[in-house]
Amino acid sequence: MTATLTSPNGSKTARKPREAAVADGLDRTLSYVDAICEATDQEMGRDPSVIVFGLDVDDPKAIQGTTKGLVEKYGPERVFGTPLSEDAMTGVAIGMAQSGLRPIHVHIRMDFLMLAMNQLVNVAAKSSYMYGGQVSVPLVVRSMIGKSWGQGAQHSQGLYSFFMHVPGLKVVAPTTPYDAKGCLLAAIRDDNPVMYVEHRILHFQKGPVPEMDYTVPPGKARITAAGDDVTLVGISLMHLECLRAREYLRDLGIAAEIIDPIWLAPLDIDTICKSVRKTGRLCVVDNGWTTCGASAEIVAQVLERTQGQVDIRVQRLGFAPVTCPTAPNLEEQFYPNARTIAAAARNLIEGRQTGWLPNERPELRQIEFKGPF
Amino acid sequence: MQPHSFYRSLYRIRRTEEEVAKAYPTDKIKSPVHLSIGQEAVSVAVCEALRPEDTVFGTYRGHASYLAKGGGLKQMVAELYGKSGGCTKGKGGSMHLIDTSAGVMGTSAVVGTTIANAVGYACALKLRREKRVVVSFFGDGATEEGVFAESLNFAALKSLPIVFVCENNGYAIHTHQTKRQAVPRIAARAAAFGVVTHAFENDDVFEIHGNVREAVEAARSGTAGPFFFECPTYRWREHVGPNEDWHLGFRKPEDAQRWKDRDQVRVVGAMLSAEEREQIEAEVETEIREAFEFAENSPFPELSELGTHVFAGGPSNIPLRKAA
Repeated sequence: MTATLTSPNGSKTARKPREAAVADGLDRTLSYVDAICEATDQEMGRDPSVIVFGLDVDDPKAIQGTTKGLVEKYGPERVFGTPLSEDAMTGVAIGMAQSGLRPIHVHIRMDFLMLAMNQLVNVAAKSSYMYGGQVSVPLVVRSMIGKSWGQGAQHSQGLYSFFMHVPGLKVVAPTTPYDAKGCLLAAIRDDNPVMYVEHRILHFQKGPVPEMDYTVPPGKARITAAGDDVTLVGISLMHLECLRAREYLRDLGIAAEIIDPIWLAPLDIDTICKSVRKTGRLCVVDNGWTTCGASAEIVAQVLERTQGQVDIRVQRLGFAPVTCPTAPNLEEQFYPNARTIAAAARNLIEGRQTGWLPNERPELRQIEFKGPF
Repeated sequence: MQPHSFYRSLYRIRRTEEEVAKAYPTDKIKSPVHLSIGQEAVSVAVCEALRPEDTVFGTYRGHASYLAKGGGLKQMVAELYGKSGGCTKGKGGSMHLIDTSAGVMGTSAVVGTTIANAVGYACALKLRREKRVVVSFFGDGATEEGVFAESLNFAALKSLPIVFVCENNGYAIHTHQTKRQAVPRIAARAAAFGVVTHAFENDDVFEIHGNVREAVEAARSGTAGPFFFECPTYRWREHVGPNEDWHLGFRKPEDAQRWKDRDQVRVVGAMLSAEEREQIEAEVETEIREAFEFAENSPFPELSELGTHVFAGGPSNIPLRKAA
């Protein structure tokens, strides 16, 4: 049996699947965590200007394993923990970047970035522009978002839309181990500040990750499943929830097209618009609040480009418009999930509140996206 | 210590700022200006202790440190005029001057911001084993910002090659230091972080210079650092703009007179012979006149420049919507 496969560099080839996978390096499985660690390690080995720091970066837990072994290999001048000083340490990262280093500043939670906003928004984002191109800020800011698991209000937020809002920042939220490595390599090599957003649940995913050097460059979304009936755009973890929702919808004979934007800024709106011109129905599932969120931006851009050309219906899904609670049954309501996404998609297609909610199928929890990339 | 270069630098800054103030009512200057008149001595004393390859970070009241470190005068005036020949091509204005070729890093309008950037730059120099030093200029107000405390702590923790210079002019806009700080002795607060500190009693150029030079060379050799200097000074004009602000009543002209009586521009000039002084002044006046002419003749940026340099590294023009 042969298959036409698209390799990571985009070339198509008719080869036996196993041969193609080996040739493309896709026969090797890595976790998202290990993909981040490998990207960091390979780039630090290749480029002596890359350094990694942040609270607890060099401690025994190594940021959920994402910085494991780095301080032993590259030493404490290139890999170090910091005082609890998110504001100044972000400024320090910017000063290092302006001098020609390529720092990766790591935060265990995106919520803590609120302490760094002045430096990120007023300095990092603006340096290239307000200094007429005399300096650049090749900085990567890694931060984790994720379910609070009862940790509640200040450990649950997905605030990446704050950063999408500001010219001069790039934002990426990889959802697969393959993208985790490729996007991080692209981010480190980018001469601009990049907000690299990791969902904690995605850390556990495993998937094909080539050992070779490759990047997933800014501004290109991926269609991870084709369909004609509705377009589901899933951000971060919600991309997986959309893939699971697709299975619930398949039971009804509905074929959903699933899109992973990958890079949120710059955003590949063309791929999304092309899909919407086909399906006429767009549901964007955000890993944050919908008000002024990434999903709001995507819907607005799609409408601006397709209004009058397509009979279109849109729906945003995201966190409940409240602070995240800690009681597990309340918290469960706070987040979209595959079943509520499927229900929303069906309602969109039928143009009415159907009241349908599929029964949970536990086996869908295993779904991960394994390519083609 | 030969006073000639000090006088040239002091006189150059004073006269440039006076000419900026003079030009301001013509509306040719397109940027709010925070003048350094009265505060020149600190920047000159410090920058005369630096080498061209050293780096300074400053504030929105940054004309003095920009010029004292060797930033291009033509480019500064053109920037104030909003012209394409400006140091940031008309994109930054007075509060965001930069001249990386002279080791002047970009200044910032948000108080305290560049202190952390300076620490980061010094950290990079140490990592790369470069024999260069960073100076971070800021005012008394900046020492109240949290980033000040965080930055000094980290600089001390890592023994970085950085000299912090606090230009204490007693005021954050119109509010006196004693209304803002429970412990007004700033050097004492800085010392708590493990930084070697020194507080001057006045703005004597050569006293400041001697102390700073010793610190700079110790930092350069890697044997000591960081250092913190509290430098009293006085802002002669209003917080922003070309005029005086005695009418507001928060300061008295008599307070300024104490400083004007010791004006380092005049004091250092008096150390030279009349001939030497006049020679320097004539050269500087010509340089300043040519800088303003350059600014006048420089064109405004092309309209397409609105969309450039949003990102670094290659063509980065942002597509702009034309008005319907």
